[in-house]
Amino acid sequence: MTATQKRVFINRIVMALSTLSAGIGLFFLFWILYILVSNGVEAINWDIFLFEGAPPGYEESGLKQALVGQLIIVGIATLVGVPLGILAGTYLSEYGQKSKLAETIRDISDIMMSAPSIVVGSFVYAIMVVPMGHFSAWAGIVALTIIMLPIILRTTDDMLHLVPTTLREAAFALGAPKYKVITQVVYRGAKAGILTGILLGVARVAGETAPLLFTSFNDNFMSTDLMEPMASLTVTMYNYATSPYEDWQRLGWAAAFILSMFILTLNILGRLVLLTKKGK
Amino acid sequence: MTKIIDNIFANSTRLIAITVLLITAWIFTVLFQESLLSMQTFGLDFVTESKWAPNLEKFGAFAAIMGSVISTFLAMVLAVPVAIGVAIFLSEIAHDKLKAPVGVSIELLAAIPSVIYGMWGLFYFVPIIRDIFGGIGIGMLTAGIVLAIMILPFMAAVTRDAMNTTPDILKESAYALGGTKWDVIRDIVIPYSKAGIIGALILALGRAIGETMAVTFVMGNVHKVSWDLTQPATSIPVTLANEFTEADTDLYFSSLFELALILLVISFTIISVAKFYFLRRKRSV
Repeated sequence: MTATQKRVFINRIVMALSTLSAGIGLFFLFWILYILVSNGVEAINWDIFLFEGAPPGYEESGLKQALVGQLIIVGIATLVGVPLGILAGTYLSEYGQKSKLAETIRDISDIMMSAPSIVVGSFVYAIMVVPMGHFSAWAGIVALTIIMLPIILRTTDDMLHLVPTTLREAAFALGAPKYKVITQVVYRGAKAGILTGILLGVARVAGETAPLLFTSFNDNFMSTDLMEPMASLTVTMYNYATSPYEDWQRLGWAAAFILSMFILTLNILGRLVLLTKKGK
Repeated sequence: MTKIIDNIFANSTRLIAITVLLITAWIFTVLFQESLLSMQTFGLDFVTESKWAPNLEKFGAFAAIMGSVISTFLAMVLAVPVAIGVAIFLSEIAHDKLKAPVGVSIELLAAIPSVIYGMWGLFYFVPIIRDIFGGIGIGMLTAGIVLAIMILPFMAAVTRDAMNTTPDILKESAYALGGTKWDVIRDIVIPYSKAGIIGALILALGRAIGETMAVTFVMGNVHKVSWDLTQPATSIPVTLANEFTEADTDLYFSSLFELALILLVISFTIISVAKFYFLRRKRSV
């Protein structure tokens, strides 16, 4: 075999191997997606939205408590985490810039973004559940807010940075004070990017289970009292899926399906927002 | 007046930004304080003993630590070659028409919550392992494989991003010299993006070691070190997820907090190495 033939031969092998591994990866991933959809579609019906949890074997059982709980916990965490994250990101991009403090905050927040979420759960357990004496929705909300903060901070920082300096200068030249420049010019310029960051941040915390296991815990019945334990789709899914009862497991699949569709929708929306922005 | 508002705005953004640092420090402090009792009681034995017996008030985390190490190692061994293959496929081989849909679906799959990977593992993967290797199907091997599948999309996506940073003009020059795709990948893409690729893989490692839900379903939570990978085992996150709501004594809680602290320190270190050594954010102001 000549040197060239050999090179071409090795090239073919590598191409085949990496196409194969792409195939393997995609195979597993689509398998999971298929399982999720087929089980989810089968398990979903109106009862799920109308009824609360019930003992195994009951006809009228659903996920109402988990759906409502999920909306409350993720909703409030978003309401708290998003403004805080945006303001912190604003500091980094507009005030701190390349200062030592800003760089340290960027680094630490980047690390926290990938830190194990279960550790955040145990931290919140120590500072909230122990002093209060019981699990509560608030504890879950705090845990999710802590997880969400670095994500929003990072995207805000990046997105504000993309706004051209000339826009800021133009506004300053008109005599606008800095906070006006930021809130009326910079934020507007980065609107699409920040929105994408928020959507992806919500999608990320909505799927978190580990930090809720021992903070907001679980509840088989409807509750809107934030001082009490509250069900969430993720924890309910975990409890139902590990139970030996088939009807509970079916509810677990329904929860998995609803949650994944919600998260995928947010992700796709986030991408579309950025795409339409680029299109202009 | 505007001056005052300007000041308030500037200072509140700074205060909130600093809060991120404070929360991080607070997490470390609280976990440390809470684990003091266990540290004083067991000292170094905590990490070398594998006997974990809540009824006897004996806590040794060796099995959990080893479990984390072994399951993550297994996951990396399985996922890294496939992820690199996928990344090469996406950045160098795939036709443009294929690149976008395959790339986006991999990114979307990275967004699917890990609890769903765990659930899939329990219902569909455990029986397969049981049929092939015997035993109950729940254990280290299953956990490693499910973890590998769960981390794969993230790993592939960041590795591809690293490879994509190679300037086209370098690749084109190599092709012009008659290089095959593999020549270009080996001599241009990999040398150019080496730091990024290694950083991406380590970052994925950091994520995998702290991953809880994908493995909790299929690990079994048994505190035993066994070379038989088909046996039920445990890891740090699995122990935390299973036992936090069961703990009933101060020492039990303290031991769990020490586990959480160990996990945080390990992943903090791994992620820092990835971020600072390999993935320094390049940014021009």
